[in-house]
Amino acid sequence: MFTQIRKTVKFSVILAAITGSFLLTGCGSKSGGGDAGPEKMVIQNSGSDTMVNLAQAWAEKYVGVNEAVSIEVSGGGSGTGIAALINGTVDIANCSRQLKPEERERAKQNTGLEPKEYIVGYDALAVYVHQDNPLNEITIEQLANIYGEKGTLEKWSDLGLSHGACSSDEIIRVSRQSNSGTYHYFRETLLGNTSDFKLGSRDLHGSKDVVELIERTPCAIGYSGMGYKTDHVKFVKVAKNAGDDAFGPSLETALSGDYPIARPLYMYTLGEPTGDIKVYLDWVMSEAGQNIVKASGYVPAVMPEASAE
Amino acid sequence: MGNRKQLEIITESAIEWLIRICGISAILFVFGIFFFVFREGAEFLFGGLDLWQFLTSPEWYPTSVSQKRYGVLALMAGTASVTLLSMAIAVPFGLGAAIYVSEFCGPKAKETFKIVIELLAAIPSVVWGFIGLTLMNELIITLFDAPIGLTVLNGGIILALMSVPIIVSIGEDALKAVPDSYREAAEALGSTRWQMIYRVLLPAAKNGLLAAVLLGVARAVGETMAVLMATGHAVKIPGSVLDSVRTLTATIAAELGEAPVASDHYQVLFIIGILLFTITFAVNLIADLVVKGIKEQ
Repeated sequence: MFTQIRKTVKFSVILAAITGSFLLTGCGSKSGGGDAGPEKMVIQNSGSDTMVNLAQAWAEKYVGVNEAVSIEVSGGGSGTGIAALINGTVDIANCSRQLKPEERERAKQNTGLEPKEYIVGYDALAVYVHQDNPLNEITIEQLANIYGEKGTLEKWSDLGLSHGACSSDEIIRVSRQSNSGTYHYFRETLLGNTSDFKLGSRDLHGSKDVVELIERTPCAIGYSGMGYKTDHVKFVKVAKNAGDDAFGPSLETALSGDYPIARPLYMYTLGEPTGDIKVYLDWVMSEAGQNIVKASGYVPAVMPEASAE
Repeated sequence: MGNRKQLEIITESAIEWLIRICGISAILFVFGIFFFVFREGAEFLFGGLDLWQFLTSPEWYPTSVSQKRYGVLALMAGTASVTLLSMAIAVPFGLGAAIYVSEFCGPKAKETFKIVIELLAAIPSVVWGFIGLTLMNELIITLFDAPIGLTVLNGGIILALMSVPIIVSIGEDALKAVPDSYREAAEALGSTRWQMIYRVLLPAAKNGLLAAVLLGVARAVGETMAVLMATGHAVKIPGSVLDSVRTLTATIAAELGEAPVASDHYQVLFIIGILLFTITFAVNLIADLVVKGIKEQ
């Protein structure tokens, strides 16, 4: 008897939920079709996970500069931003690597517009280890030997270190998912285009996750944007070749070219930007915008030829 | 009077149709999803992909510049290991809890229990993943002296915690559906409570309990976000529960967003989707056959 009643109640709840969801989707499609209204212009900005903090900082500050425009920032990775640019669903794509020729081609085919490139700053890709790790310096060759397919370095003792906090002595490689811009850049710097990373690295899904994992894993080594540093991890100085001086990632070393793994950060628009988008990008490249780059832990794009053309 | 009858006939048939549409829509959605996934992957599946290599090679290099390789053996091993471990933990705990809630609990404790268990089911998977990434990682490193805590063990425990609520609620429903006359008869024959559960209730409710376990398995196989964060996401065939692995679902989740539409990589990810469909279908089919086998006995 009671179960009977419960069943009917349950059933009617389900029925209500189903009809409810039908109604909701019906309404949703109607309101979604309309525009957000003319009073507030929205610029869609998505892409690189490395740049998402920076893009967010710009967007927040820009509210004070021009109230009529709001910037919607989302991450997801350079590839996500490029895919959205090709589909024409974003106004500005953030990218921590350069657009590939075939992506440029596809964007042109799909939208009829040529993607326009802006270098908005530079990022020094830092090599992180746990704070208890005795490692202070590393060469590009050693990194390639740790990460590369043909690499032979698997133990901290292979580097001549006794790493007390890591009793298994195993080097835990922390990497990024294989289509992030950071991963591409790091692999290219270490191995060129002829070889791949060794399988079995922990491929995390975000710049911040990499640092978070290394913070808690004494045996780990990993790479991420230098803006993600915390007190529980440390930077490893990187040398181009064995015998060269090693440099830590910083504004100065990245600008001077001493730090070997620094890369440009890009923003792409479809065709020549106009109206509010152009105003916004000009502001990003202005002194106010570039100061935010510095404050976010990245290197400003000071070179004048990089700014517009 | 006659008017009212006509109204009843109209509403009756209207509701009948509404329910019929609901039923058909479920089938349509499933076929629609399958069709979509299949269409996205079909071109590369029938032209270009070496299916043998796809299933037997552990080398997963979808974005290699020099030589792209699409082998999902390590990913399948990852999914299998995490699922098996989580079931080894969740099935005994889940069924045990279901038996306790349905047979031993007082009515007040029962209500509290059910609310707590439903609360457990309501925790979003990304929160579970975060617990795995931070808390469990450190715990496993200190307890097992492992180099890293993002392992099969970590993912298995997290998935077990996620599937226990499902197993408990459905298992408890199945046990409750056994008529009280069975219990009364068993007790009248002088059986102890354990004998009654073991010899009478479990055999009588086995179909429902199997369904509970299977839904738990489905939850574990299909889970994405939590395993992405907790297993370490490393392409590797695990040798022990303290190895990192990567699952099929996590691979799709991590890479689909950035794979250029219609590229080989994009299509391979959809082929993995087809593979997941096939695995789920096989599990359900086997379960169906097992249930039929039990019935015939």
